[in-house]
Amino acid sequence: MLTYIIRRLLYSAVVLVLASFLVFFFVTATGDPLAGLRISPNVSKITVQNVIDRKHLDDPIIKRYGYWAQDAFTNQFGSTLLDNRPILPDLWRVMKNTLQLVLIAQLLVIIMAVAIGVVSAIRQYSVFDHTMTTFSFLGLATPVFWLALMAQVGVVQIFERTGHRLFPIANLSAVDPGTGLDFWIDRAHHLTLPVLVLTVAGIAGYSRYMRAAMLEVINSDYVRTARAKGLSERRVTVKHALRNALIPLVTLVALDFGTILGGAVVTETVFSLDGMGLYFVNALFNNDPYPVMAWLMIVAVMIVVFNLVADIAYGLLDPRVRYD
Amino acid sequence: MPDPILSIRDLTVEFKTEDGVVQAVTDVTYDLQPGEVLGIVGESGSGKSVSMLTIMGLSPQATIPKGEAFFKGEDLLKLPPKRLREIRGGDMAMIFQDPMTSLNPVLTVGDQISEAVMTHNPDMSKGGARDRTVELLQIVGVPFAERRVDQYPHEFSGGMRQRAMIAMSIANNPSVLVADEPTTALDVTIQAQIVEVLKKAREETHAAIVLITHDLGLIAELADRVVVMYAGRVVELSDVFTIFNEPRHPYTVGLMNSLARVDMEQEWLQPIPGQPPSMIAPPPGCAFHPRCSFSNGRLVCRTDVPALRQIGDSALHVSRCHFAEELEQAHVVAGAAALEEA
Amino acid sequence: MTDRIPAGDQSPQDLESVLIASDTAGLPASAHGQMGSLALPEEPPGPAGSPEQAMVSPQDLALSQQQGLEPTARSQWAYARLRFFRHRMAVLSLLVLIAIGFVAIFAKQIAPYEFDELDLDNITSGPTFADKHLFGTDLLGRDYLSRVIFGLRTSLWVAFFVAILSTTIGTTVGALAGYYGGIVDNLLMRFTDLILTLPGLAVLLTAAAFFGAGDPLKVGLILALLFWTSLARIVRGVFLSLREKEYIEAAKASGASDARIILRHMLPNSLGPIIVNTTLVVAAAILVEAALSFLGFGIQPPNPALGSLIATGQAEGTDLWWLVTFPGLVIVVIALAINFIGDGLRDALDPTQRRVRA
Repeated sequence: MLTYIIRRLLYSAVVLVLASFLVFFFVTATGDPLAGLRISPNVSKITVQNVIDRKHLDDPIIKRYGYWAQDAFTNQFGSTLLDNRPILPDLWRVMKNTLQLVLIAQLLVIIMAVAIGVVSAIRQYSVFDHTMTTFSFLGLATPVFWLALMAQVGVVQIFERTGHRLFPIANLSAVDPGTGLDFWIDRAHHLTLPVLVLTVAGIAGYSRYMRAAMLEVINSDYVRTARAKGLSERRVTVKHALRNALIPLVTLVALDFGTILGGAVVTETVFSLDGMGLYFVNALFNNDPYPVMAWLMIVAVMIVVFNLVADIAYGLLDPRVRYD
Repeated sequence: MPDPILSIRDLTVEFKTEDGVVQAVTDVTYDLQPGEVLGIVGESGSGKSVSMLTIMGLSPQATIPKGEAFFKGEDLLKLPPKRLREIRGGDMAMIFQDPMTSLNPVLTVGDQISEAVMTHNPDMSKGGARDRTVELLQIVGVPFAERRVDQYPHEFSGGMRQRAMIAMSIANNPSVLVADEPTTALDVTIQAQIVEVLKKAREETHAAIVLITHDLGLIAELADRVVVMYAGRVVELSDVFTIFNEPRHPYTVGLMNSLARVDMEQEWLQPIPGQPPSMIAPPPGCAFHPRCSFSNGRLVCRTDVPALRQIGDSALHVSRCHFAEELEQAHVVAGAAALEEA
Repeated sequence: MTDRIPAGDQSPQDLESVLIASDTAGLPASAHGQMGSLALPEEPPGPAGSPEQAMVSPQDLALSQQQGLEPTARSQWAYARLRFFRHRMAVLSLLVLIAIGFVAIFAKQIAPYEFDELDLDNITSGPTFADKHLFGTDLLGRDYLSRVIFGLRTSLWVAFFVAILSTTIGTTVGALAGYYGGIVDNLLMRFTDLILTLPGLAVLLTAAAFFGAGDPLKVGLILALLFWTSLARIVRGVFLSLREKEYIEAAKASGASDARIILRHMLPNSLGPIIVNTTLVVAAAILVEAALSFLGFGIQPPNPALGSLIATGQAEGTDLWWLVTFPGLVIVVIALAINFIGDGLRDALDPTQRRVRA
């Protein structure tokens, strides 16, 4: 197992380096970030030249890659294009916020999707099953950003008609959230709608998967053997069926990180949450390639790590899989 | 004769499918004597497994419009699930066809066998169950049992897995052991070994064995009596010698004639022409008549389902054919020819 | 998940497959086990001194046909169609989709107003039957129903464009990787992996931002460049398994060129998963395009598209709720319909998968 991990780490390192090439050339090749500035009459030529010097924009592309890579490791991923803000501190901050949102939502998703999927499978074709399937299909057909908007609209409309303010519809915290417990309660309040939106979207997909996985396992020969041994239905379900059906879920969740992040991106935008998603979108709006590249690389690292964790976990859980 | 240990009467089982109601088995009646080996033969789709699976409660989608199945005095079909569970895996156990998929891949073999032991012996400790498991593995001939106990199914070969399955089934000294195609998924050489294991299992437990298979060779070797099934009905039932040498149902005759014989010269193999019938819309009358070479288009074959009648004097041989007696002439010739050449 | 091999018991699905499979078999199911039958010859048994083996009379065979014992042979596609139409929701969705498509094609005729026609008397009115403003109007008095209709036209054709383009690319890549295997496969798959290392939405956003989006065609291209990977995976998988089949070996042995083998033998057999996946890509494309347009990086105003409509409406959306609700509802309906159809197709084209039905 250890050799496998080392091998994977090396392989991942190579992939990340390649990815960094891809990211850099892709982003820099697609246009001149200073184009807007050059034309603008308010910006002096000197300012523009300063930026060019600072960012070595006149140097050949390979050299610029070198500078960027160097910045990545030694200089907090460099700084933003125009106002020279170091990138990494901001990135850490928004990462923490996003992680709060995503972890809570994902935890809820897993718990509920497993429950729904298992019950749907055990009571296949029942009213519960059909209802849940309908919800799933609806959930899968609903754009996440629209769901977020509807949540906002809903809250506002209720407020307008009843004067009742259910949940905050924007921002991570109120203007003056207080400290300690008050701060966290306020934070929880603000995160309720976003978490709700992400959870609904996530459950739609995962519960279907769980149901399918559970059904396949329930109809398997070894579950039949378990029943033939005279085990109680509960034991059969938990020790034999569920255990086997859950294993691939681990991999699925880990590998789904990209999608989860995508959902966070739109949700944060709609709810104006100071997280990675909004950070990224803003950087794009500002046509600033440096935070964009930093973001992409950090996320790439996270994805690689998650993939590795997923594979290792799978190897630990399923004895048929042996890495050597 | 002693009381049968298992007694099935007029069992009828249906399944609802999208295409209609499937009559999986109809009016199935047979007994199982203690300690005997009863073979059940038939093609795929004949219903040979359905009756056993259903009475053991392993066919949740089945509807049972009528029938009884008495096991040691209790009607299995009317028992509360809890009581049925006590019997299942304990006094009445089952071995399945494919040992590769019949064992849970993420649990050790020992764990799964111990589970069978502990479920029916709640007072037994984990250590005690493990000892018993090792003992069982040794009985079925798994080498290095103490080590093997902690291995996973994928680390066992096909034959060993089937041995493990057999070990699991005899764990609680059942009175009835149902073997559903126990050798079909195995290599021929392994099959022979498993037959030996089954014999050993029978010695150890003195259980009656229900041997469900389409392998006539297996029947010849192991069975005492044979039930022949076709299209969900019992068409013939007798002891194994009679079935092979003096069958009294056209289907059985067809089966015996289609065997490739090394002791006779044969230019052509003789299959039974035609196909098994649809179980949703079975043909009227005798289900076998479209393929029957003895029927010759006679009306009664096409309109009336034959009753299961006694052949000769004793009730030990029954056949479901309107014209069973005619077969006596027909087959003696072939049987004699076979015996002459042998 | 482990494979299941039915153990000869009578679960309804097994019987079903017996019913359906009988047009491929020509022989009675083997009743003779390992010791008995070998290949049973088609020719009738010879005279060989077995008097009781009378031939089954032609009357009997005719009889068996009458009683439905001889299964009617049907083509694979006919079966697929049968299975699809058993799916109520899929059929319903197909009708809905056709209706929507109809509206999209004849938008000009159906929409009560022009896309940018101002009706200054009626600005920001909610949905009402008056003046046919069924979806209300926006800040500039433009009829929202019309805007939504034109918007859905754009969104639909972009989605189909993406699906077709990504299917073409994906199938090609997957076919090459699956057929040639080895280095080609390795390279192509590593490349795909590389693309997948980066989160989808982010890559799309980046591409859109830096390549400049705005018009539907460009957006479609960008989306297609990401969606092809899923199809490549699937086709590769199918091809890898098909490669081992004997008829492929036979084709090779008879000198067929690679192109011919791929196009004539393997591709038609992969159509099932390809079709299903392409359908699902359409739905996914609609959703992603809407998200992109909403964020401002997809199709931008004044080009109509459902996502950008929502974006425009977002500013006042919490009060003028219809501005964000209706375009979104349309997206949901379309995506839902497509998903149901995809589900039905999957059941129809791949019944061996034992899909758990919606």
